[in-house]
Amino acid sequence: MSNPQQLRYSKEHEWLSATEDGVAVVGITEHAANALGDVVFAQLPEVGDTVTAGESCGELESTKSVSDLYAPVTGEIVAANQDVVEDPSLVNSAPFEGGWLFKVRITGEPDDLLSADEYTAFTAG
Amino acid sequence: MSTAPRLTALDAAHRALGATMTDFAGWDMPLRYASERDEHNAVRTKAGLFDLSHMGEITVTGPAAADFLNFALVGNIGSVGLGRARYTMIVAADGGILDDLIVYRLGETEYMVVANASNAQVVLDVLSDRVAQFDAEVRDDRDAYALLAVQGPESSGILKSLTDADLDGLKYYAGLPGTVAGVPALIARTGYTGEDGFELFVSPGDAEKLWSALMEAGTPVGMVPAGLSCRDTLRLEAGMPLYGHELTAALTPFDAGLGRVVKFEKTSQSDSFVGRAALAAAAERAEAAPPRKLVGLIAEGRRVPRAGFSVVADGKVIGEVTSGAPSPTLGKPIAIAYVDAAHAEPGTRGVGVDIRGTHEPYEVVALPFYKRQK
Repeated sequence: MSNPQQLRYSKEHEWLSATEDGVAVVGITEHAANALGDVVFAQLPEVGDTVTAGESCGELESTKSVSDLYAPVTGEIVAANQDVVEDPSLVNSAPFEGGWLFKVRITGEPDDLLSADEYTAFTAG
Repeated sequence: MSTAPRLTALDAAHRALGATMTDFAGWDMPLRYASERDEHNAVRTKAGLFDLSHMGEITVTGPAAADFLNFALVGNIGSVGLGRARYTMIVAADGGILDDLIVYRLGETEYMVVANASNAQVVLDVLSDRVAQFDAEVRDDRDAYALLAVQGPESSGILKSLTDADLDGLKYYAGLPGTVAGVPALIARTGYTGEDGFELFVSPGDAEKLWSALMEAGTPVGMVPAGLSCRDTLRLEAGMPLYGHELTAALTPFDAGLGRVVKFEKTSQSDSFVGRAALAAAAERAEAAPPRKLVGLIAEGRRVPRAGFSVVADGKVIGEVTSGAPSPTLGKPIAIAYVDAAHAEPGTRGVGVDIRGTHEPYEVVALPFYKRQK
């Protein structure tokens, strides 16, 4: 499993793209998607919602369990991926691409986001 | 107290395939190899290969073996023909279900009782206790067998390429000794998936050889290795009960809607069996005032009901989900639930499941959700 170098990562297994105009794309990592198993339902935050770093902002339901989706940063939701709502298996098949979850306009960042190498080491441990 | 999980004879094969492993009743078992949905669909349309070596085999032999099993279990084991198998249960004196079992009659006076992994020790202890007054012997054979299952519409073709045994003559719920891929096996036409399929009881030392031969024969026709996760969704679609979910020690077979497995008339000289009085009373109660009934629920939305979630109607709790999962075959979440008899009729309106505070609408249906075309 390789974690793209250009992304940053949270210890809750979200990835976060580099920002353009302060807006970042957020998804869950391949490691997290594999651990969940087949994702069958995604409840995403809605456009206009304010999310807070480290707090639950949705749910991902897999065959066996339901998991909270956490916001890796604080900010306002500017897009939610309707393709994933329609076809949650995108989270498994393309976690770093078509399976992205939402876009957030960042107003605050925690100081413990990880680099790709740090995240790889974190999940290996 | 912590003990290392037990490994099956196929542990190395699972790891070589990159399986996600899980602890199940003290065993380290494959949960899934890649996608559990793909494994589920393969079993429905082609075939799947399962390692079920965690199941508990107990051999019962002796002149009074049939009489003993008639006394110890709720079924009429004395009427099981040679080479046939029967689904039955073992209950406590109060009628509470201790486990559901399959009993194979292997010889004139030899039976194999197959218990669920989580209950195998209880079943062994209870049988050992109940055998005292009979001319029969109860033997712990859990370590004597590995169990492989090939399930799905292609399973008969796959197996035929590896054995001379008369599979066409082998009926559902029957077993015969044979040789598969050069390995001596008890070949049984049983399973837990709702599909045609076979369960192969072999010596653990032969398990890897048989697994490899089955993979080689099955892969070209679409067979895949299949884990416990898809086994659960397959049995759920087929409406089959699982101990600890639909069946518990707090329920009698009548409370579980499976009173038909209880035979008050036995082929033995005596019709007495453990739990008889309590079960007779439970049968009367079920007749007079039906308790909660086991029904199927199909979601209108996409949220998945889980075991323990409340079933609701008109803002009141009318039952409880015992098993729930997204159904790959139906493409919707499904559940098995105990609900009050007043709401149990298929098509009953206004039934929902409380999913983390939201009442999601569900359709009440008869079980099973899925029945294979024959």
